[in-house]
Amino acid sequence: MEPKRITAPLDADTATRLRAGDAVLINGTLLTARDAAHKRLTEALASGEALPVDLRDQIVYYVGPTPARPGAIIGSAGPTTSGRMDPYTPALLAAGLRGMIGKGHRSPVVRDAIVRHGAVYFAAVGGAGALLARRITAAEVVAYPDLGPEAIHRLTVVDFPAIVVNDAHGGDLYADAAGRYGE
Amino acid sequence: MREIHVDRIAEAVRDACLEANYVAGADVRRAFTVAREREVSPLGQQVLEQILENMAIAEADRVPMCQDTGTVVVFAEVGQDVHLVGGGFEEAINRGVHEAYHVGYLRKSMVERPFTARRNTRDNTPAIIHTRLVPGDRVRLAILAKGGGAENMSRLAMLTPAHGREGIVRFVLETVQLAGPNACPPVVVGVGIGATFDRVATLAKQALLREIGSENPDPEEAELEAELLAAINRLGIGPHGFGGRITALAVHVASAPCHIASLPVAVNLQCGPAARHREVEI
Repeated sequence: MEPKRITAPLDADTATRLRAGDAVLINGTLLTARDAAHKRLTEALASGEALPVDLRDQIVYYVGPTPARPGAIIGSAGPTTSGRMDPYTPALLAAGLRGMIGKGHRSPVVRDAIVRHGAVYFAAVGGAGALLARRITAAEVVAYPDLGPEAIHRLTVVDFPAIVVNDAHGGDLYADAAGRYGE
Repeated sequence: MREIHVDRIAEAVRDACLEANYVAGADVRRAFTVAREREVSPLGQQVLEQILENMAIAEADRVPMCQDTGTVVVFAEVGQDVHLVGGGFEEAINRGVHEAYHVGYLRKSMVERPFTARRNTRDNTPAIIHTRLVPGDRVRLAILAKGGGAENMSRLAMLTPAHGREGIVRFVLETVQLAGPNACPPVVVGVGIGATFDRVATLAKQALLREIGSENPDPEEAELEAELLAAINRLGIGPHGFGGRITALAVHVASAPCHIASLPVAVNLQCGPAARHREVEI
């Protein structure tokens, strides 16, 4: 199965062509955010403040890397569990977010919002943080520097491997898996 | 009486934390190699391939295999003929953790005031320490760096005798099913049976320390392990939940006597890709 090369930020057309189970290699830039940054972004949206980053067509990566060694771009950088971001995700999708990379189940509310906004949820392999770090060629803080490792970073990635779990048409790889391989 | 300076405890803990995070155990590597040969799902094969490649990169770059470098759990057996000198035993363990997580560029993942401020303790302490006093003049330490994702999907049930063996099988399968992709399968499943509410979880955690592929000397536990492993691998969850035949690498059962009214069971899940522990004897 040859992976599809896609570019981030991710346009609506490309997003809607992806299907659950597709393997992709992502090239371009991602934003990072986990629990604390999600909380701030949604609070800003709720109070009508401008966001410190434009979310339109962006892919957000749920990651809390290990500290970089001197001279390294980033430490181990695999995905964290996505479900913790579920309460915040519909608001970010409504603000233009196009994709998310994490691991594990999304809530029914998030899965519906993915379809409604023509978005896509990818999983990267948990426990492959050292391999994924090598696919990150630059990292800079772009918002909330006071959050330290949880600040929003912009990562430049080259052939970053991920799998489509939830697509814009309601496809769900996790739900299909047991049906296909369960006995 | 044999004197052991606690600095040796601190050093052993530090070195174990570093090695466990950078270098996959031989048993884990072997289990993944076998899993890659057995997995039939193409996506599952890709995941297993990435995990094996990740192990090689982590070791070469001295980068942690996983960004979640875990809570440090220590099982200590202290010989009763040992005299520890130079400071506190638990203090020394925590000093070892502090050093490893600083010098090794490991992520500090422990927070204090867990239900309010959740402030990071900034050195990954405190370790969770279980100590037993045993005959002899040695100190044995088993050190585990336990990730949060799989820990969050672990469960405990106070079953009753009527539930029996069948009830245990059902509870274990339900736990693995509910965890699905969140526990980073393929997983190692630690199952504690018996004892009390508090002890059964410890049995499950300690079971994770057994070498993958090792034989359980208790024939009844061994039979239950084989049955559970086969049943888990029929669930179809597969590597990382993308579908496949390899959902667990191993099931390890540890049981202990319990009250006539009780049948406690605990399931501690360990993500396979970051099954990290080391044993040392001083």
